[in-house]
Amino acid sequence: MTIMKKLLTSAIASTLMVAGAQAEISNNTVKIGYLADMSGTYRDLAGPNGLAALEMAVADFGGKVKGAKIEVVSSDDRNSPDVSSSTVRRWVENEDVDMVAGLVASSVSIAVSDILEEKGKLGIVSGSAASSITNEHCTPNHIHYVYDTYPLANGTASAIVKEGGKSWFILTADYAFGHSLEADVTKVVEENGGKVVQTLRHPFPTPDFSSFILQAQGSGADVVALANAGADTTNAINTAGEFGLTQSGQTLAALLLFLTDVHALGVDAAQGIQLTTGWYWDMNDETRAWSDRFLEKTGVRPTMVHAGIYSSTIQYLKAIEATDSDEAQTVRKQMMDTPINDMFATNGRIREDGRMVHDMYLAQVKTPAESKDEWDLYKIVRTIPAEEAFRPLSESKCPLVTGN
Amino acid sequence: MSEILGVPVTVLSGQLLLGVINGAFYALLSLGLAVIFGLLKIINFAHGAMYMLGAMATVVLFDNLGVNYWVALFVAPIMVGALGVLIEYFLLRRIGGQDHIYSLLLTFGVALMIQGILTNIYGVSGLRYSMPDVFKGGMNLGFMFLPYYRAWVIVMALLVCFGTWFMIEKTKLGSYLRAGTEDAQLMQGFGINVPLLISLTYGFGVMLAAFAGVLAAPIYSVTPVMGSHILIVVFAVVVIGGMGSISGAIITGILMGIIEGLTKTFYPQASSAVIFLVMVIVLLIRPSGLFGKEA
Repeated sequence: MTIMKKLLTSAIASTLMVAGAQAEISNNTVKIGYLADMSGTYRDLAGPNGLAALEMAVADFGGKVKGAKIEVVSSDDRNSPDVSSSTVRRWVENEDVDMVAGLVASSVSIAVSDILEEKGKLGIVSGSAASSITNEHCTPNHIHYVYDTYPLANGTASAIVKEGGKSWFILTADYAFGHSLEADVTKVVEENGGKVVQTLRHPFPTPDFSSFILQAQGSGADVVALANAGADTTNAINTAGEFGLTQSGQTLAALLLFLTDVHALGVDAAQGIQLTTGWYWDMNDETRAWSDRFLEKTGVRPTMVHAGIYSSTIQYLKAIEATDSDEAQTVRKQMMDTPINDMFATNGRIREDGRMVHDMYLAQVKTPAESKDEWDLYKIVRTIPAEEAFRPLSESKCPLVTGN
Repeated sequence: MSEILGVPVTVLSGQLLLGVINGAFYALLSLGLAVIFGLLKIINFAHGAMYMLGAMATVVLFDNLGVNYWVALFVAPIMVGALGVLIEYFLLRRIGGQDHIYSLLLTFGVALMIQGILTNIYGVSGLRYSMPDVFKGGMNLGFMFLPYYRAWVIVMALLVCFGTWFMIEKTKLGSYLRAGTEDAQLMQGFGINVPLLISLTYGFGVMLAAFAGVLAAPIYSVTPVMGSHILIVVFAVVVIGGMGSISGAIITGILMGIIEGLTKTFYPQASSAVIFLVMVIVLLIRPSGLFGKEA
């Protein structure tokens, strides 16, 4: 009897110990892996400066959470889902990485989130554009934080149609991201009473846009929309300026434009362009104060992705602090239960599909007369409320929402 | 209005003209490659990087020293050419006489290093460079609006191409060059400094690439990766024209610009692949290229 009793108590005790261990932070370390394009096309919008933003967040948190050390590792994804998959496998299997941050190319984010789901770890996507990341490709193990193609189309395209730009010519980068943006824009244009007269798909990347700009001019459309990104967009805008596209009465709309792109173009070439952004450094005292610190550390003003990496890391660490756990589902649930209002997000909350919805902004590039210095680039024209900006859950194809 | 395959003739003439302009760029770049391969048998994978350096130098010289476009048109190619001479003297010379693959790998490595260093310093978003004021605006040709600068590009590119062809094929200096690379020992016997000639030829070849870079600076995004995109296309042009054939490189460059331009009108998705399609067909039918000598 006593033996039975002893066995029973020790069994209960050991169960409790295991349960206790689960509620604690594994290895007494929170390890964050930063994965982004560090050397290619998408380097400047996230890249090494995104790592700097992440390190700022860790330092501001004091380098420790509940007594556990916070460690950061990083790697170049080379814009390759294969390279990224093997990096993330190594991180979670051998190096005890708890959360993967950064995540820029949409194809990389989709590949990595599958692995994270399999391994029960967490991913926070800050750089990717494809709205399918929290739609067809949603998992219970990742969060999409900054923006996606849905508000880009919704914000910019609906504003331009309402201003009278009824007929559209869409110049699309011929790959998944461009196609998804083109579809989202077409839907918004048609819903608002406009018409897409022609879409033209160009190879990625295209160094010379003169031929396509000439065709856009020939189309006679009111609006020439660019459903591409990075160097393709800046090249197309420069060429449109050279060939006098806007002088002949057509409106040029760039659907995805980062602060670094506009900075590269300069206000002379980019003035008047409308764009949708998740954040801008010069919105209020709080954004300016953080951006000044970022500028001091990196030498440039932050993009919305840089700010999103900082904000999401702080939110992640706060969730660990509140739950005393770094287990993915515990942390994700805590993050979903906490409204986000900080330097980056206004009216932010994380939905069950993993989409962080927050206020988005319709911005316009300043004229040379309005711009005071090289980073004084946008004026905010309109705030798009969080609930209106992103794809509503009623249209969602995410199994976490539909229950299928 | 008359049409060809559903495309109005006016639109088509515009696209043809743009094709010729892009072709002039291809011609200038493939010409440098053809000179270097034809005379030195070096497969210069650093050619794209040298094109990029020409454009970057134009922007950086302007930003830091206020050097204007006209000066850059001379200074930037000379600087890049000098770098080329150094690369030849300190690196390529040491693997002279080895298989082609060695020069290919060496120049590829050099290109990656230059590109990586500049990416670290300048990022990849592109540097701003505004066009000289005289070129702002353009003329209406009836079928299209032609920016003055594009007209300037085509004139300059064709002049330099013709000048290079003339110098190598028709002058005494050109004959020394060709002879020196055929039989170096014999030429040394005649008192010609062949190693110097080789260094200068490599320097001249990369100068042509840098010159194309300066021409590109006002109209394309100037970034450290701009050369890597165009390099492969230009190699295809050289292969189609016949490795080492100078007039072949020029004519093929312009021809490929036109074919690419037409593809952009009729089936834009294929425009980045069409040159490689032509390359495959040419290699199957005439392995030595359109203008190459039969091996």
